[in-house]
Amino acid sequence: METHLHREVSQLKGRILELGAMVENSLRKAVLSVTQRNPELAKEVIDGDGDIDAMEVDIEEDCLQILALYQPVASDLRFIVAVLKLNNDLERIGDLAVNIAQRAEALAAEVPREMPYDFQGMADKVQQMVKGSLDALVNLDADLARKVHRSDAEIDALHRDVYRRVYEGIDHNPRDARFLIPVLTIARHLERIADHATNIAEDVIYTVEGKIRRHQL
Amino acid sequence: MESGVQSPEKVKPKTLLPKFGPGAGAGEIPKKPEGPIEPSMSDPSGERAAPPRRVSNPSELAKGLVPSIIDIDEPAALDVQGLDLWYGTMQALHQITLVIPEHRVTAFIGPSGCGKSTLLRSFNRMNDLVDNVRITGSVLLDGKNVFDPDIDVNMLRRRIGMVFQKSNPFPKSIFENVAYGLQVEGRTRKSELHDIVVRSLQRVGLWDEVKDRLDRSALDLSGGQQQRLCIARAIAVEPEIVLMDEPCSALDPIATSKVEELIEELKHDFTIVIVTHNMQQAARVSDYTAFLWLGRVVEYDQTQTIFTNPSQQLTEDYITGRFG
Repeated sequence: METHLHREVSQLKGRILELGAMVENSLRKAVLSVTQRNPELAKEVIDGDGDIDAMEVDIEEDCLQILALYQPVASDLRFIVAVLKLNNDLERIGDLAVNIAQRAEALAAEVPREMPYDFQGMADKVQQMVKGSLDALVNLDADLARKVHRSDAEIDALHRDVYRRVYEGIDHNPRDARFLIPVLTIARHLERIADHATNIAEDVIYTVEGKIRRHQL
Repeated sequence: MESGVQSPEKVKPKTLLPKFGPGAGAGEIPKKPEGPIEPSMSDPSGERAAPPRRVSNPSELAKGLVPSIIDIDEPAALDVQGLDLWYGTMQALHQITLVIPEHRVTAFIGPSGCGKSTLLRSFNRMNDLVDNVRITGSVLLDGKNVFDPDIDVNMLRRRIGMVFQKSNPFPKSIFENVAYGLQVEGRTRKSELHDIVVRSLQRVGLWDEVKDRLDRSALDLSGGQQQRLCIARAIAVEPEIVLMDEPCSALDPIATSKVEELIEELKHDFTIVIVTHNMQQAARVSDYTAFLWLGRVVEYDQTQTIFTNPSQQLTEDYITGRFG
């Protein structure tokens, strides 16, 4: 028996996944705009953020409407509450992709230089976390969500390593700060994106298991 | 689906300082090796299409069901043990075992015919009025089985009052309705009756609405007022437990809200057991909820747990409307 509520929840699921795909795409372009020194790609990311913001608002309104009209309970309630929260995380990932794209524009104007750390490796891992968190959401896979959660420590370690290298680089040659500070900022944005993917994973675990595991994993 | 996250040991080896500059790419966005990044919704065959919703088959789910009954660590108003009930040859209740805690609101939910009203009516032996009823097991009130032959049923019903689905005031005045149970008990002192009637009407929030017309017929009151009058009549004799069988099903939302507020107030003085078809009402007013299905208690737990994270799939499917 398919009820109104279940149709609404199915549509909501479709929309949050659509937003997830938009955010993933934006993040991928932002990373490429850095590696390819491509300001046009960076501009696409910056210009596309309005669509992500609009969709976030639409999804929040959908959630509020479902809560008000259907008073969902149990797994339906947990799913909608999780969507309300991770909707915001996705929008923030979109914002951070914009921030990365803005740094890419600035770096593209500089003389080309090698990154002082494995930027591509870190960006790949962060993108995998975002993808994993969304896959976990689609399939309500708490095990996959836990894997995403565990990956966050690795990204934190990479970020600390970048910080150390940048610190040493500036110490060695203060004139490199103009290049190294944006580099550090990008790493910081990637680290924050990983945090949001972790939040999404925690919301998936709550949806599946009904227990709030935040700060306990 | 393949894990979207690589474990640390599976992460591809780092390339030392990847290309960063004009040679790094040619403007075209390459696909990631693990598959399309844009999953999806536009493509039904995409890897991230939402799986179809499951619709449960209750008969399948009920096979081998082991009920989840919370162990309540509170004083018991009623202790139900292994209760079976038959209407003729049809068994309506199967091995019901649960504790109704004192000064709490306990709700029974479940589909029509699941036995929730039958269970409720067992507590004060209202089923005695039905032909061919046979009951085994016990319902202990202060350690005494209410089905024991030496139980005074009138006294039992004084201790365990009842409010019915349809308000049923007597065709008497408002005052006489509330005082009726007291008069049956032989309490006839006018001042005592007056005090109790006033207090009972105040407790149900009806006093201000009827204080100037206590001698008017109760049948002149609105449906919601009549139901609150019936609650006042039930509590006037100071029962320990009040059973409510769908007390709001005939009321409009405002009258329903008043009765629900009243239930919250009354639980400080009485133990309330309520049968309701309205799951939101059970969620709003009760502390504990039992889900019954085909005469069995499937799950009994704190209401918050039942409505946020029930442990039985059958409960989950019922409260989320997936029975089919």
